[in-house]
Amino acid sequence: MATKLPKTDIVLVGVGWVGGIIAAELTKKGYKVVGIERGKERSTEDYFMAHDELRYAERKEMMQDLSKETITFRHDMTKRALPYREWGSFLIGEGTGGSGEHWNGQTYRFLPYDFEIYSETVKRYGKGKIPKGMMLQDWGITYEELEPYFDKFDAMTGISGEANPLPDSPQIKYPNPPMLETPAIKLFKNAAKELGYHPYHMPSNNLSQSYTNPDGVSRGACQYCGFCERFGCEYGAKASPVVTVLPVAKETGNFEVRTHSVVRKVLHTNGKATGVLYVDIRTGEEFIQEADVVVVSAYQMNNIKLLLNSQLGRPYDPVTGTGVIGRNYAYQTILGTAVGFFDKEFNLYGGAGSLGAQIDDFNGDFFDHTDLDFLHGATIQITQLGDRPIANNQIPAGVPTWGKEFKDASVTNANRALIVKAQGASLPWQDNYIDLDPTYKDAFGDPLLRMTFNWKDQDRQLMKFMGEKSAEIMKKMGAKDIKINGLEVGDYDIRNYQSTHNTGGVIMGSDPETSALNSYLQMWDCENVFVPGASAFAQNSGYNPTGTVGALAYRAAEGIEKYLKTGGLLV
Amino acid sequence: MSEQENKTTYLDKRSSRRTFIKNSGLTVGGVVLGGALGSLLGKDSTSKTNETGVHSATTSVNFNQALMYFDKAQFDTIEAAAEQIFPKTEVGPGAKELLVAYYIDHQLAGSFGLNSKEYMTGPFFPAEAVPQQGYQTHLNRQQVFNLGIAALNTEAAKKSDDKPKFANLTEEQQIEILKDFEADKVKLNGAVSSSFFFSLLRKVTIEGVYADPMYGGNKDMAGWKMKNFPGHQSSYTNVLEKDEFVKIDPMSLNSQHQH
Repeated sequence: MATKLPKTDIVLVGVGWVGGIIAAELTKKGYKVVGIERGKERSTEDYFMAHDELRYAERKEMMQDLSKETITFRHDMTKRALPYREWGSFLIGEGTGGSGEHWNGQTYRFLPYDFEIYSETVKRYGKGKIPKGMMLQDWGITYEELEPYFDKFDAMTGISGEANPLPDSPQIKYPNPPMLETPAIKLFKNAAKELGYHPYHMPSNNLSQSYTNPDGVSRGACQYCGFCERFGCEYGAKASPVVTVLPVAKETGNFEVRTHSVVRKVLHTNGKATGVLYVDIRTGEEFIQEADVVVVSAYQMNNIKLLLNSQLGRPYDPVTGTGVIGRNYAYQTILGTAVGFFDKEFNLYGGAGSLGAQIDDFNGDFFDHTDLDFLHGATIQITQLGDRPIANNQIPAGVPTWGKEFKDASVTNANRALIVKAQGASLPWQDNYIDLDPTYKDAFGDPLLRMTFNWKDQDRQLMKFMGEKSAEIMKKMGAKDIKINGLEVGDYDIRNYQSTHNTGGVIMGSDPETSALNSYLQMWDCENVFVPGASAFAQNSGYNPTGTVGALAYRAAEGIEKYLKTGGLLV
Repeated sequence: MSEQENKTTYLDKRSSRRTFIKNSGLTVGGVVLGGALGSLLGKDSTSKTNETGVHSATTSVNFNQALMYFDKAQFDTIEAAAEQIFPKTEVGPGAKELLVAYYIDHQLAGSFGLNSKEYMTGPFFPAEAVPQQGYQTHLNRQQVFNLGIAALNTEAAKKSDDKPKFANLTEEQQIEILKDFEADKVKLNGAVSSSFFFSLLRKVTIEGVYADPMYGGNKDMAGWKMKNFPGHQSSYTNVLEKDEFVKIDPMSLNSQHQH
C-alpha cells in the first residue's frame, strides 16, 4: 500500500531546467512545490574530478542507469523493436539539474517560422510543397507571444552572444558579450563572410564574464577548460539548474526536492489529476503525493512514457494519424559535415561547450526552397569544445581505422583537424512516432517506450545539401584536405552519438484533435496537468532545443499560476 | 620521480581551488563566484604548466601491472592484438608500452565488463537485429572477450603448427587475422559476431591509450604527450586567442586529488 503524503500546490515529475524554472517562479509567489527526482542531489562540489573523459564522456557517469530503464527502437512498423541497451545516439541525464547539468549550453530561440511552419509553408509555396506523410503543424503560439519568455530565460541564465547579422532574423540583445574568438573561429567567420554569408558567435550559456542575474545569483566566467559536454561545470560558469533556479526556489522555503524517487504514474479521475505515485528506490517504498497541479517535467521521452503508462491523453495511432500522445517525434538531422585537415596546429585541447560561430543563412526559410527537395534547413557552424583524446581521432578519407596508418594520422591531426558541421531540422512524419513496447519492461514492470524512427528523403537531401555547403566553407578556410560526411546517409543509427535533441510526442497546438497541449502547455484532456519541455515541440528546428524549452517553461509557470487562481482550460 | 613524488614541489606554489572556494566566502546562494576564482587560476596556470621530466626515469614498481580478470594467456593475446590496433611508430609509443592491455583487463574486471549499467533484460534477438539497433547479445563484455580471445587463438592455430598462439604469430599474420575479424569472416557463435568483438577491442584500446593514467593505461601520460593533449588543466583563457600552438605539459587527475 502506498503511503499518502499531505497535499501540495504543485508536484514536479523531474527537477531539471523545466522543473527548476517552474519551482523558482511559483515558490517566489508563495506556492508550495514538491519536486520528485529520480537521481541524486547534485552540486558544483561533485565536479572536482570532472576532467575525466573516460568516466564522464565514455562511461556516461551523469546519465540514467539503462539497466533499470531504456527505450526500444526499430526503423519501421514492420520490424521488431529492440532495446537501446547501451548509450549511443542520445544521452539522458539524471539527478537534480537533469540533462541541464551535462549540456553544452548552446542556447537558441526557434525561429518565428518554426512556430507557424505549416501556415508559412503554405503561404510561400502552396500546400503541394508538403510531401505526403509529413505532419507539419503550427504550435498554437507565435514567436512574438513567446519573446518575453525567451528574454526571461536569457536573463536568468546570462547568455553570452552577439546579434545575428542576417537580415530578417529576430534581433536579440544578450545580457553578456560573446565568448573569445579563437583562430579557428576567426578562420570560419572570414571564410563565411567572403562567401557572402552572415557569420556570428554562437549564443552561449558558458559565461563570457562574471554575471549577476535578476534573481541575484552571481556566477563567474568560463575558464575554457574543455570539459563541458557530458560533464558538470566545477566553476558554475555553465548555466545549469543547480547554479541558477534551484537555489532560488530553495531560498523561499517553499520548495522540497525528493531525490532517488521515480514517478510511475500520474493518478487521475474524471479528467483531473489527483497527484503522482512514486517509489523511493533506496527503500522500495511507494508514496502518493497529492497536488492541485501536476507538472510533467522530465526528459522528453520520460514525459511520453509517464503519460502513456498513466493512461492520460489519447495514444497516437500511426495508421490513422489520429490521437496525440506519441505524435510528431522528431530528432536532429545532423550528419552533413566537412572535416578539414590543416598543416597548422590549433590549440584545440581548450574550449567550451558553446564556443563557436555559425551562419543561419540556410536555416528555416531564410533561403528559397522553391527548387529544393526539402523543407526547413540547418545552421552551419564551427565549434571549439575542447578536443578530448579518446573521442577525437580525425583521419583523412581512405585512411584505415586502426593500425600504423591510423595511429600516425590520428596523432598528427590531433590539433590540425577542424570541423564545419550542419545542425539540421528534423520534421515530423506520420510513421515516426512513439508508443509503448509490447515486450520489454522497466525495473518496476512498466512497459518501455518504443521508438519507431528513420531518416526520410527529406533528411537525406537536407544533409547532402548542408554537407556540400559545409565543404564550400571549409575549402575557403584553406584546408589542404577535406572529408565530407552526409552525402549518402543510410538508415538512422542509434549506436553513434548525434545529439540529445529529441522532440515531440506531447505536442502543443491550437486544436485538441492534433495536439495534446494548449499554448500554456496545459493538457487539453486534463486541465491540471502541464507538460512543458521538448516533448511539446511540434517539430524540431536547426537549433539546440534548450532555449525554447526554457521559454516554454516560463510560459507554463504563468499558466499554472493562472490556473491555480481561476481553474479551467486557459485557452 | 613519479608524479606523486614530484607534486609537492609545485603544489606549494599553487592554490587549491577547493581550499580557495571554501575559504574565500565568495559565494552567493551556494554559487561559486568563478570570475574571481578564474582570473586567479588563469594567471597561475601559465606559471605552473611548464613542469618537465615529471614522469621520466620511474624506478618504483607499478603495482597496477597485475591481472584482475584475464589469465596470462588471454592477457598475452590481447596485448598483442592491441599493439596491432595501436602500434609503436615514429610518432610515439604503442599500446604495449602504454600498458593498454592492463587497462583492458582492469576495465573488464568491473562494472564495464559485467554490463552493470546496460539494459541486459531479454528476450534477445541477435540474428534478427540490424547493426543500427546496437548491442543485442545476451553476453556481457567479459564473455564477448572470452569468445573473441579463444577465436583469435583458433585462427592462429590455423596459420602456424609450431606456435599456435596469436601472440606468437608474425605481425603480418596477426593483422591478417584481425582484418578477418573486422570483416566478419570469423564465426564466434550465434550470439555475437567477430566484428562486434573487434569494434569493442578497438574501442577499449583507444581508451587505454588516452584515458587518465589512474585507469592503468596511458603510462606516464605518454598517450597525451604524443597528442599534445594537456590532460587536466584549470583554465585555457589565456591560451585560446593565441595564433601559435601552445604546448602545455600534461597533468593527470592525481594532481587535482592531491590538492
